[in-house]
Amino acid sequence: MIPQTRATTIAILAMGGEGGGVLASWIVDVAESAGCFAQMTSVPGVAQRTGSTVYYLELFPDAGREPVLALMPVPGEVDIVIASELMEAGRAVQRGLVTPDRTALIASTHRVYSMTERTALGDGRVDSEALIDAAKASARVMIQADFARIAAESGSVISAALLGALATSRALPFSREAFEQAIRSGGIGVDASLRAFQAGFAAAESGAAVQRVPAEPALETQAIIEAGMQRLTDYQDERYAQEYRELLAPLPDGDVLREAARYLALWMSYEDAIRVADLKIRAERFERVRSEVRAEPGQVVRIHEYLHPHAGDIADFLPARIGGWLLASGWARRVVDRLTRRGRVLNTTSVLGYLQLYMLARMRPMRRRSLRFQRERLRIRAWLALVAEIAASDPALARELAECPRVLKGYGDTYRHGSRQFERLMEAAQQLRQSNDGAGQLRRLREAALADETGEKLEQELRTQ
Amino acid sequence: MAERSFQREVEKLRLGQGEVFRGEGILAVTKALLQSGVSYVAGYQGAPISHLMDVLTDSQPILRELGIRFEHSASEATAAATLAASVHYPLRGAVTFKAPVGTNVASDALANLASGGVTGGALIIVGEDYGEGSSIMQERSHAFAMKSQMWLLDPRPNLPSIVRAVEEGFALSEASNTPVMLEMRIRACHVYGRFTARDNVRPQFTLKDAIEHPVRDVNRIVLPPASYLHEREKIEKRWPAAQQFIKAHALNERFAENEQDFGIILQGGMYNTTVRALELLGLSDAFGSGKVPLYVLNVTYPLVDDEVLQFCAGKRAVLVIEEGQPDFLEQNLHAILGRAGSSTRLHGKDVLTMAGEYTAEVVVRGVLRFIELYAPRLIDRARLPSVAGSKRPAIPALDRAVHPRPPSFCTGCPERPIFTAMKLVERELGPHHVSCDIGCHLFSILPPFSIGATTMGYGLGWASAAALQTPATEKRTIAVMGDGGFWHNGLTSGVANAVFNQSDSLLLVVDNAYTAATGGQDIPSSKAANPTRTTRLSIARAARGVGMKWVRTITRTYDVAVMRDTLRQALTTKEKGPKLIVAQSECMLNRQRRVEPQKRQAAAAGLRVVRERFGVDADTCTGDHSCIRLSGCPSLSIRSNPDPLRVDPVATVLDSCVGCGLCGEVAHAAVLCPSFYRAEVITNPSGWERVKARVSGAVIRWLQR
Repeated sequence: MIPQTRATTIAILAMGGEGGGVLASWIVDVAESAGCFAQMTSVPGVAQRTGSTVYYLELFPDAGREPVLALMPVPGEVDIVIASELMEAGRAVQRGLVTPDRTALIASTHRVYSMTERTALGDGRVDSEALIDAAKASARVMIQADFARIAAESGSVISAALLGALATSRALPFSREAFEQAIRSGGIGVDASLRAFQAGFAAAESGAAVQRVPAEPALETQAIIEAGMQRLTDYQDERYAQEYRELLAPLPDGDVLREAARYLALWMSYEDAIRVADLKIRAERFERVRSEVRAEPGQVVRIHEYLHPHAGDIADFLPARIGGWLLASGWARRVVDRLTRRGRVLNTTSVLGYLQLYMLARMRPMRRRSLRFQRERLRIRAWLALVAEIAASDPALARELAECPRVLKGYGDTYRHGSRQFERLMEAAQQLRQSNDGAGQLRRLREAALADETGEKLEQELRTQ
Repeated sequence: MAERSFQREVEKLRLGQGEVFRGEGILAVTKALLQSGVSYVAGYQGAPISHLMDVLTDSQPILRELGIRFEHSASEATAAATLAASVHYPLRGAVTFKAPVGTNVASDALANLASGGVTGGALIIVGEDYGEGSSIMQERSHAFAMKSQMWLLDPRPNLPSIVRAVEEGFALSEASNTPVMLEMRIRACHVYGRFTARDNVRPQFTLKDAIEHPVRDVNRIVLPPASYLHEREKIEKRWPAAQQFIKAHALNERFAENEQDFGIILQGGMYNTTVRALELLGLSDAFGSGKVPLYVLNVTYPLVDDEVLQFCAGKRAVLVIEEGQPDFLEQNLHAILGRAGSSTRLHGKDVLTMAGEYTAEVVVRGVLRFIELYAPRLIDRARLPSVAGSKRPAIPALDRAVHPRPPSFCTGCPERPIFTAMKLVERELGPHHVSCDIGCHLFSILPPFSIGATTMGYGLGWASAAALQTPATEKRTIAVMGDGGFWHNGLTSGVANAVFNQSDSLLLVVDNAYTAATGGQDIPSSKAANPTRTTRLSIARAARGVGMKWVRTITRTYDVAVMRDTLRQALTTKEKGPKLIVAQSECMLNRQRRVEPQKRQAAAAGLRVVRERFGVDADTCTGDHSCIRLSGCPSLSIRSNPDPLRVDPVATVLDSCVGCGLCGEVAHAAVLCPSFYRAEVITNPSGWERVKARVSGAVIRWLQR
């Protein structure tokens, strides 16, 4: 006996709270309206709290008696997979639910980053292209688009946009009107859902969906130097930008110069209180905040800044001698410590709050004489000198060393920790000059420095080398 | 108020004879209870039966019409003890909880109940949280049924079978004077389907009748000599009565019984998966009409010996498909066949896996191995499904690109700042032994917090740190417990125990005003007024009532600095003795559900509404992600760096931000960075606000020129 008919099987991979259940009930509704048997189930439970979860449906044409429908997907036997996010599409592929002989895969290409990706000190994001390639290679057909963006633009949720894409896919024998009717009879947020459905339908149909957004091309050396000069003019003045160019002069063209130019510009524009104030009070920043928080015309927006300067930060932007004295003196330090024990919240949309940052930003001309400026200047020069020196004999190692300031990040303790890590890398670079694979080793050390917050990984790596 | 409202679904409970009910399996159970003339229902929420409790909560008007008493029990033990009402009186009652954890808690009462036996039908609906998506240890409820000799139903996972199991379950219970357990697997609880309803039944014998005409029968009480009598009665009367009932009412089902000289015995709950496996192997059609004899055990305990022998008669071999371990059914079947001198060979976990969920993949492979042993001619090797064969398509290697995505604290969760504060204290004082409990707060064991060493059960957080006490060190242990666990049993097993034993350690109770992890049900300390429950009881006062002296209440968990300082104080103070911190803030998920609609209405009505959310200034963010490592909030994410010179992504706040305030507090308390801002977006601002905004805007724009 060969089975004459089989159920149409649909798996929806979503994260808790994304409306996977709503999407599934719409599909049930469409199918039942067309006279099919529909069964749906899920294992929501605690996974509803932002974890990944699977909703599973089976549809069967009316044959006068009830079919026996399965409660979980069988790898290799799934007709339609809907993934509400790209890594979830990858998970469907990994679980064997997406197969070339059978599966229509509808996937949103946006990313909801995993905890691992978000907590990395550097860039821990996985390669979206690898996920898309794997999904494409596994699916019979793939419909992909950023359905999250499409839904947001329609003022609705992703489930409606995905239903639109499902309607386009023709993977189910139901008319577009039938899908829309299901949304209407759902009765909640109907207009917005229909707009998102329509947009999802159009995006999937136009094939615009299949196009990839090309990654921004990496900047070439000259572009980096220009961007650096612009940044430093903005940061300090033209003379400072000129200094930047001169500092780069001894370096040979190529990878070394490119990376040194990038990190020198960033280092020279270190974030002190003056810089932070300067960036926070700009007109374009006020506009950006309004758009980021999706304020509409007529709404009043108040911006509160969370600032927590410490005695060290204050000494940093004072003239070197005064700053040094402040840190060394007993009573003055204690007074400042007491004043800065708690963080401050500053309303920059009020005149008084704005003026405080405004005055701070106006201290820019004093920066050259500040404590931190002197300190960073010495360190920058030491690093650049070493890069130039090594470049002569081992350009690959020099290139890796040029990238080492990447570990200098953050403020306060985070920055101090980064600085210690950086010093370790500088020492290591000195020692690696005799090594065969100095560049590879230094790269590994740098990655280790970015692997944890404690510096343990770097110490471990240093011991093994 | 629970997280999910069933107001719409509840109307389905009024459906009458012949009308078609459509909905979730667990809703069908509720309707079946009403059709069975139940007099009382009690339970404790937990996946996958939380919805049963929520539906009952929302259907209290209907329950009142039918004269049904409904309780949110304090614990599963309370729920099980509630069934005592069916011992002497012909009252049908049902209780429900999560299995096997709830059954663990309930088993004292269940064992006593099962010993004395029941007069009215007593049904224990256990939501089986096993396999994918489960949040508990992987064990079976079957053992509880066996040890106390209660009958165990495991119906086929479709609505008509589930409803029948409820109705027949009560009758079986009454016919054999034995409580009956109804096992509902997680997918069956959530399965959407349909069945033809019957009218609801108002019980003939009412609670009023019972209260006004009390009965006591010493022979039903668990005291010697009656308890010895009970043991005999179980074997000599109740067991045969149950087997008789099961046979007479054909509770177990047989399909295609004489098609082959081999067959399959399976748990009812495994039926759909087994039929799908047979269909994929070309041995069944989509309607379950197949070539392989099936004996479906809708009652998995007790087995009916002569039914088993009848099915096995003339068969060379049978395969038992039994999910979970130990293999109780397989052992039982071996005994039945062996004792009868049957020559039928029994297979089971030799061709299937010993442990783990019986997914379709596992069952397909197991059934295939079995059939290849006895009837290879039935298998068309060219048409095998890919899960069965060697021709499985290569799956692209995605191990590095697909990260596990376990559940975690929701956006704006008030529990997150508690663990942020613990992280900050850990930086100062080094790591502590942290003993966890059950509840959302257990997500602290995962990154980014990675806090917590053990979880020994609901309300047992502090109890499980009891041994770690010695005068040899000044260091204290920390226990974490939710408000749910506190009322469940933590007040006695944790707090009173610590006071009594003069412990010198810290308990932190997370008071978010609900049992949040199970769907936001009310508990004694819930802040909302509940018309049918007494709420707003104080955890701190309850703890003082059992002798706690060092008690601190923090009324806003988001205040990380206060949280941190209080924790530090509790861990370092010279004062000896047990310490309690009650950390209060309403569950954000429930708060949003409560507050958001109100805000939308107010804004639409032209009233002043303030929406708060956080943001990150990308140009001051250096991409070190320290803030994320101290928070992990789903709304605090990363995005490509807009600065062409920088390579690492910057932190960003997503639109889902609810403005809980943690980002700012962390930036302050941990001295992170000045990139965070909080925006207040004011809809329908007052006239004064408008003028002020206009004036300061003009001044600022002039300065910005």
